[in-house]
Amino acid sequence: MTQTLTAPATPPVRKGGGGARPPRSGSRRPGWTPWLYLAPALVVLAGLLVYPVYQLGLISVLEYTQAQVSGGEPTSFQGLGNYRQLFTDPQFWQVLTATVVFAALCVLSTLFVGCAFAVLLTRIRALPRLALLIASLGAWATPAITGSTVWMFLFDADFGPVNRLLGLGDFSWTYGRYSAFALVLLEVVWCSFPFVMVTVYAGIRAVPTEVLEAASLDGASQWRVWRSVLAPMLRPILLVVTIQSVIWDFKIFTQIYVMTDGGGIAGQNLVLNVYAYQQAFASSEYSLGAAIGVVMLLILLAVTLVYLRLMRRQGEEL
Amino acid sequence: MKLVHRPWRLAAEAFALLAAVVVAFPLYWMVLSAFKPAGEIQSDTPRPWTLAPSLDSFRRVFQQEEFGRYFLNSLFVAGSVVVLSALIAFLAATAVTRFKFRFRTTLLIMFLVAQMVPVEALTIPLFFQMRDFGLLNTLGALILPHLAFSLPFAIWMLRGFVKAVPEALEEAALIDGASRTRFLWQILFPLVFPGLVATSVFSFISTWNDFLFAKSFIISDTSQSTLPMALLLFFKPEENDWGGIMAASTVMTVPVLVFFVLVQRRLVSGLGGAVKD
Repeated sequence: MTQTLTAPATPPVRKGGGGARPPRSGSRRPGWTPWLYLAPALVVLAGLLVYPVYQLGLISVLEYTQAQVSGGEPTSFQGLGNYRQLFTDPQFWQVLTATVVFAALCVLSTLFVGCAFAVLLTRIRALPRLALLIASLGAWATPAITGSTVWMFLFDADFGPVNRLLGLGDFSWTYGRYSAFALVLLEVVWCSFPFVMVTVYAGIRAVPTEVLEAASLDGASQWRVWRSVLAPMLRPILLVVTIQSVIWDFKIFTQIYVMTDGGGIAGQNLVLNVYAYQQAFASSEYSLGAAIGVVMLLILLAVTLVYLRLMRRQGEEL
Repeated sequence: MKLVHRPWRLAAEAFALLAAVVVAFPLYWMVLSAFKPAGEIQSDTPRPWTLAPSLDSFRRVFQQEEFGRYFLNSLFVAGSVVVLSALIAFLAATAVTRFKFRFRTTLLIMFLVAQMVPVEALTIPLFFQMRDFGLLNTLGALILPHLAFSLPFAIWMLRGFVKAVPEALEEAALIDGASRTRFLWQILFPLVFPGLVATSVFSFISTWNDFLFAKSFIISDTSQSTLPMALLLFFKPEENDWGGIMAASTVMTVPVLVFFVLVQRRLVSGLGGAVKD
C-alpha cells in the first residue's frame, strides 16, 4: 500500500500504454534542454543561497566586528577561535538546550493536535468539518508577527481576556521563563497545526474506504484503526510533516523575538536563531553570530540526512 | 462514515465545533479589538463584544505616515516573489521530472537540503552581500533573498504536479509538430497551473510575513519599509497602543486571508497531490 501512496510514477501497468514504449519521452536525447530550464533557478540559488552559506562559514572563522564592518580595521583570521569562545560560553549551551527542548515540545504538540483533528475531520458531517477547516485555515494564514501580537494581547496581564477567564489576575506570562515559553508554544501550535491537519486529512482521504470499513467491521477501535491501519499507510506523509515541523520549529525566530521582546528578561527565552541575531546585530559580534549560524546549519543538515535515509528506506523515488 | 454510531458522531461534531471556536478566537479577538473604542480596550473587564464599534484605531493606523506606502511595498515584494518563483520553479520542476540527465538525483537532494538552510542564519552574510550589491534600503534586498528561499520548496512541491501530467500528452504534442517550448507553455503550463497556485501560497506567505529581513536590510530609508515595521511602531515602552496594534495586525492579516480563501480548494487538493507523490 505504501508503494501506491509514495510512488505512483512506477505503476506496473499504465492505462492505454503499450509495453514497448520507451520510458520517458525526454530521455532519448535531453541534451542541454534540462540545464536550460534549470539555469534561472540555479543562478538564483547559487548567488543567494550557496554563496551566502560560504560567506557565513568564512565570517565565522574571521574576526568580524563593527571595526571591520566600517572598514577601519583589516579582518584577521581566527581559525576556530570564535567556535572555542562559543563552546566555552555556558549561555550557548543553555540556549542550545532550550532550543532543542522547545522545538521538540512544539513538534510533538503540533503533530498530536494536527493528527487528532485530521482524524476528527473524517468522522463528522460537512458543516462542522467546514467550520473547523475554515478556522484552521485562518490560523494558518495569519502571519507569524500578527499571530504573535494577537496572542500577546490575549494573554496580556492588564487587558487580556485569558487571565480574566482563568482568574489569574494580573499574572504576567512573559515574566517567568517557562510561562513565556508556554505562551510562545501555544501560538506556534496554533499557527502550525493546520498544515499538519490538512496534509494528513488529505492523506487519509486517499486511503480506500473499503480498508477502513473492513477494519471497523472486524471490530477495531478508533485508536486501533489509527495505530494499525492509518498510521502505517500514512507513514510517508507523517514523515514529511514531521520533518517540516522539526525544521520550522527549530528555526523559530519571529514569535520568540516579538512575544518575549528579543529573547526575554536577561535572555531567558533565547533560542539559537534569536541568539545569533542578537550577537550579530545588537552586539556587532558578527563572527560569533555566524558561528552560531553554522552550528544551526549543521544540526539541520543532520536532520535532513536522517530524512533522506528514511525516505530511501521506504523506497521512495526521487 | 455510516459505520460510526450516532451519539459518538454527535459528540465528535460538538467537539469539532468547540475546537473551531477556540482556533478562530484569536482572530476574532484581533478584529474585535481593532473596532473597539479606546476605553473598552484598556479595560480590566474585557467583553467579547462591543456596542460602540469605532474606526479610531484604523484611523490612527492609516494616518501614521506612509502606512499606505508600507502596504504597497509589502504587496510589491510578495507579488514579485510569487510571480518570479512560480515561473522559475515551473521550469526547474519540468527539468527534473521530464528529463533524465546526469546529476538529476544530486540536484533533487540539493533542493531538499536547501530547504533546511536556516534563512535567519544567513541574515549576516546576506546583509553584507546586499550592501556590496548596493541593494540595502531597497525592495530588491527583500525580493532577491526571498526568491532564493522560496524556490527549493516550490520546485520540490511542483514536481508532483508536473509528474501527474501524462507522458502520452507530451508525445502526442511532439508528434503533432509542437516544439518543446510550445508544449511547455501552451500545454504543460496550464495543466500545472493549480499546482503553481498552491505553491505560490507558500511563497506569498513566507514573503509577506517576513520580519527579519525587513528589519535588517531596510535600515535608514523608511520609505522602503514593509508592514511589519509599521506594526512595531505601535509598541511603546510606556504603554502599548493595543488598539493600533490590533488594527494594523488586521490590515496585515486580511490580504493573506483573502488569498487563502481564493485558493483554499486548490491548496487542499494540491497538498494532497504533492504529498501523495
